[in-house]
This record gives sequence, structure tokens and C-alpha cells, in this order.
Amino acid sequence: MSVTVTRPARRAAGPRVDAGRPTAVRDSLPSRIAAMAVMAVATAYVLIPLWWLVVGASKDQSQLIDGNPLWFTDFQLFSNISDLLNYRDGVFLRWLLNSVAYTGGAALLGTLFAGMCGYALAVYRFPGREVLFNIVLGGVLVPATALALPLFLMFSQIHAANTFWSVFLPSIVNPFGVYLARVYASASVPADLLEAARIDGAGEVRTFFTVSIRLMTPALVTIFLFHFVAIWNNFLLPLIMLGDEKLFPVTLGLYTWNSQVDQNPELRGLVLIGALISILPMILVFLSLQRFWRAGLGTGSLK
Amino acid sequence: MRSRLRATSIIMISALAAAACSGTDTETTSGPGKTACAPTQGKVELTFTSWIPEIQSVVDAWNAKNPNIQVKVQTGPAGNAGTYQNFSNQLKAGNAPDLGQVEYDTLPSFRVQDGLTDLGGCDIVMKAKDQFVDWTWNQVTFGEQGSAFGVPQDSGPMAMFYRKDLFEKNGIKVPTTWQEYADAAAKVKQAGGYITNFSQVDINQFAGMAWQAGAHWFANDGNAWSVTLTDPATTKVADYWQDLINRKLVSAVPPWTPEWNNAYNSDKAWTWVSAVWGANTIATGAPKTAGKWAVAPMPQWNAGETTAGNWGGSSTVVFKGSKHPYEAAQFALWLNTSDEALTLLNQKANLYPATKAGAQLPALKKGVAFYGDQPIYDVFAKASEQVKPDFVWGPTMTKTYTDASDGFKAAVSGKGTLGEALQSAQQSTIATLKSQSIPVKE
Repeated sequence: MSVTVTRPARRAAGPRVDAGRPTAVRDSLPSRIAAMAVMAVATAYVLIPLWWLVVGASKDQSQLIDGNPLWFTDFQLFSNISDLLNYRDGVFLRWLLNSVAYTGGAALLGTLFAGMCGYALAVYRFPGREVLFNIVLGGVLVPATALALPLFLMFSQIHAANTFWSVFLPSIVNPFGVYLARVYASASVPADLLEAARIDGAGEVRTFFTVSIRLMTPALVTIFLFHFVAIWNNFLLPLIMLGDEKLFPVTLGLYTWNSQVDQNPELRGLVLIGALISILPMILVFLSLQRFWRAGLGTGSLK
Repeated sequence: MRSRLRATSIIMISALAAAACSGTDTETTSGPGKTACAPTQGKVELTFTSWIPEIQSVVDAWNAKNPNIQVKVQTGPAGNAGTYQNFSNQLKAGNAPDLGQVEYDTLPSFRVQDGLTDLGGCDIVMKAKDQFVDWTWNQVTFGEQGSAFGVPQDSGPMAMFYRKDLFEKNGIKVPTTWQEYADAAAKVKQAGGYITNFSQVDINQFAGMAWQAGAHWFANDGNAWSVTLTDPATTKVADYWQDLINRKLVSAVPPWTPEWNNAYNSDKAWTWVSAVWGANTIATGAPKTAGKWAVAPMPQWNAGETTAGNWGGSSTVVFKGSKHPYEAAQFALWLNTSDEALTLLNQKANLYPATKAGAQLPALKKGVAFYGDQPIYDVFAKASEQVKPDFVWGPTMTKTYTDASDGFKAAVSGKGTLGEALQSAQQSTIATLKSQSIPVKE
């Protein structure tokens, strides 16, 4: 038992082998059908709006109103996309690139910092370590939305509101990532290994980048994913900070259009096709990294 | 924080009182509230926040001709969807834009926050007064002589869109009074449709109809606000619609949804009493009915009257803290009075001008194909002159709308009445004013 506690990460990452225990008795047919039914309903609940979005985005504005909402009428997806990309000199493309810069850039940097910080907290003993860690933990409890307004006031004081950095810099901060990195590092980076690296003459920084970071990769991917989603969803910060349309992330841009649909109904179609395109990066990131995500989730829950 | 808020609003109110008292004898002296409005030497850069999607192209036209006053556009979601909150934050942080778009119903809120520059000291603004339709000017002055807290931009005079073909085919007279409208509603129901969709969520339509009936929801005597959401005129309008709801003569689809568009597109809703910008809403939302619509004046409460309500409209304000109020005022006047800007705003953003001359723009004289080539804007031009000039909005409209619409939704589904909804909105509006330390009479 003690072995599994000190090496939870390896167990979580590798395939689970429960040779000692017999497989549970197979569930009865009715209960399996019931379970499948529940799953089917849940799947439909999640996927139908997405399907509607795909269908809606492929339609002409007028077909949107009276056609069958869940089936294609006139397939205009590509002309809709080109309308969107041409609307006001391609402002949408700009928003998309901004989103990638804010989300991808800040998540990468944030993951690196969180990883370094968590690693330091796990590996080194220094006075105030626990206090520091507890403060970081406290940060997990403060929702990002509550910080948006104070951040705006602070950035205003240094005349940096309404700039790229006013959204980018706060997005790098990720206390939950630090927590996750510490938990993972203390479990997966053996002290003996670090000792060996030191004896071989590697500096601390070099050890981190060449040895430890590889051991921590599953955790870092998880942190990246969490962070990516958190920045993407933190809609309030850009809403409060930004007034210059050229700096908007795609979420804020679409929201801006959608808020004007009642007086500019022609924007409705653009919002639909824009929404469809804007979820693609999210889907892409998830599909490619979900294996790590699952493993990482397990890690967090074990400690 | 709270005590500072209270102090501010008390100062505000006394400023209001002072302005009200001194209005008659000191037209020209600039009091403590008024900003000196002197031109700046050299090159000036202004920021202007507006959520009109095509505003940049309008501002470009100004920038090309005014190399010394360059305007930089900032944007955001529609006012209540976030931009107003941003304005408040920016006023707190001291980096509000020089100019901003503010709808009439939100002006008092920024006045109470002391966020607006009084352009009463700018002679160019005061000289432009007569160019604007009277009621729009009253919206930006709050009735204070010699003051102007913004320049009217657009307006939403109301009229009745109706399905000409269906009314003719079924031999129903186009209603000119609300009584006739209710009679027609019964006949339309027999013919298998609804006369209209009662807007349960968007209270502004109801406000426009109450405005037409002569309602006064708010007043400010310089010392305190009074709230009268249940005055006789409003109650009359509420009872009228409650009756139609009870008799199931109106549908109640949430507005601005595809479902709602579909009701118009598929002959289920026959009229819409709405503002001038609604012309575009129907044309986009109900494309199958092109050519079958027409526009008539709003039904009247008494035969022979000529009154209209207003739904929407906004102003261009100069925020407190702007270092160049004179140049900002110059731009605001150009934006809202010059033929060039008004034509662009109408073309690109479907705005209906707040100036008297604006109604004569060539684009607003033409027949509109969707409405069977009727020159529909003539109807709205008349309506614009018939809007009652003395309707006042309160300082916490967002909250009032939410409260009222909660009650309206319940009333539409059979719980309570519109009248009760207004009563509870009245109570909660007073409570909200108190909680923000805004003096209010009970």
C-alpha cells in the first residue's frame, strides 16, 4: 500500500493492472440499457446545440428563420465564411489571432512559471516555503472575475489599460497550476536523481530544464490545458480592459456583435459562423491533449 | 466607499438645485458646474467610444477633413451589455474617453455619477439647440436651462407596422385608435393570427407606449427623485394590454429570437408597434413577407389625437475629465447635425437622426420596397414631431427594466398582472435609489 502512495503518478499514467482482484460480476441487461439511455440523452443534450450551430452556420440568413433548424437547406458555409472574413476588412481574423496570442501565449508562459514555481516549492527547503505555498493556495480560491475590476484600476494608474499587456500579463498568473506542479513534482521527481545531477555538475536551472521538466511533462500538459481553458473563458477581463477593437479576443468580439443583433439583424449570421470557427481551436487543443488531461486530472484528485 | 458615494450624490443634487435656481437670471455666466469651453491650440486627439459597428467609417470622414482634431474610435458591446459598466469603471479610474455614446434612458445614471461635462458653456452647442427635435433636446438637458449634457444623436419615433395584405384580405379596418386595435385583435385571432407579439422581456416597447399615453415615470425637482411607474397613464396602458393578454389576443414569444422572427415571417403576427429602426428588423427577420407590409401612425387613445411614443435613441456625451470639451463638442455636433455624417450613420447603422433637418435626408424620402414602395419615413418624421417632450428617465433604468420584465414575464404566463408588475418595479426602484444613496421621495 505504501508503495502506491509514494508513486501515485506512475500508476495513474500507466495502464492499471488489477491482477489480484477478480473482475466484478457483469451488470444485468436492463441496468446496462438504462445506463446507455442516460448516456445517450446526455450526449444528445451536449451535441444537439453544436449540431444546430454547424447547420445554422451553413445557412443563408433568411433560411435561418424558416428552414428546418436541424437540417441543411442551402449549403452556404463557404460563402458565409468568406463573408465573415471580409466583414470590415477581416476584423474577425484579427480577433482570432489575438485569442491565439492571449490564450496560447499566456498559457505557455504561465505553465512554465507555474511549473518552475511548483517545482521549487517541492524540491527546495527554505524558510517561508509553506507560507508562500499557502498564499498561492489562497489565490486558487479567488475567482478571476473578482480580480478584473481591481486589475483595471491598477492598469489605469500606470496608463496601461486598453493595451495588449493589460490582458496578457494578468493571464499568466495561475495559482492552481503552481499547486498542481508542486504536488506532481514532489511525487515524480526523486531526490536521488537531483542529487545525481548535482554530483555530475549540472546547475539547478539546467537540471530543471533537462531532467525535471521531462519527468513533469504530464502535469505540465494538464496545467497548460487548465490554463488555456481558464484564459479562454475569462471573458470579463478583456471586456473591462479593452476598448480598442484591434485588441479584442474572439470571444469579446462575437459578444459585441451579438449584443447588437436587435438593431443590426444582419450580424446574426456572422455571429453564428464566427462562433463555429471560434470553437475550432478549443476542439483541436482538446483532441490532441486529452490523454494527458485525463491522467493529470487523476493526479490532482489523488493528493 | 459608501459614505463617499452618498456625499457625491448629495453634492450632485445640490448642483442640480443650484442650476435650476440660477437658470433664469444667469444664462451666460459659467457656474461651478459648467466647464469652460475654450478651443485648444494645436493638434488635439480625442477618443470616442461607440458600439455602432460601422462607426469607424463615419469617423474617418471627419478625420480626413480635420487634421487638427483627430478622433480615435474605441468600441465594445451595446451599452447595457457592458459598455456602460465600462464607462463607470473608466470614470472611476480617470481614463474615460473624451466622447461616448449613451442612450437617453441611461443619461440620468451618468448625470448622477457626475460623469458628464455640461456643454452649456459651449456656445456652439447652445446655438445648435434649435436644430434638434424638441424632445430629444430635453433628454440631454434634463430640463435645465442653459445646460446640455450631450448632443442628441438618434431617435426612435414609433409607428405601427402592419400586414397590409392580410388586413385587406380579411376586410379588417386598419386601426387608428387603441380601441379599434383591440377590436381588430379579436378579428385577427378569428382569422388565425395574432395582432402582435407582446414584448414581455424588452420593457422599452411598453415604455414607448406609456410615453405616448402621457406617462411620467420619473421626475427630479432638484432635491430628490420621484418615481411614478404606476401613474394613471401607465396604468391605463398596462390594463389595456393585460386585457388583450387575458383574452389571448396577443402572442408572447421572447423578442429578438428566431422564433419571434418566424412569427412575422409566417403570417402569425400581423402588426408591430415599434420604432423607426424596426423597419430593418422586420425586413431582415421576415424576408418572405417582402412587399406586404405598410406603416401607419401609432393608434391613438382618443380619436383625432396625434401623439407618438419613442423607443430608443442615443446621444453623444463628453465625459468629465475630457481636456478638450470644445473640440469634442465640435465633433459631436458634426456627427449629429451634418448631412454628411447623418447620411453615413443612416446608411451604415440605420440610425434615424434627431435633428429636424435630418428627416429631409434624400435616403429618408424614398419609398422602401419591403413596404410596397411606401415612403415609410414620412410617417416616422411626423411621429418624431408628435413625441411628448417631457418624459424623464430615472437614474437606475437597468434595474427598473429587470424588475419590470420579471413581473411582465410572470403576467404573460398568467401569474399576476402587468399592473402588479409595475407596482413591484416601483417599490424596488425606490429601494435601489435608496441603496445608492440617491435622494428619493416616497
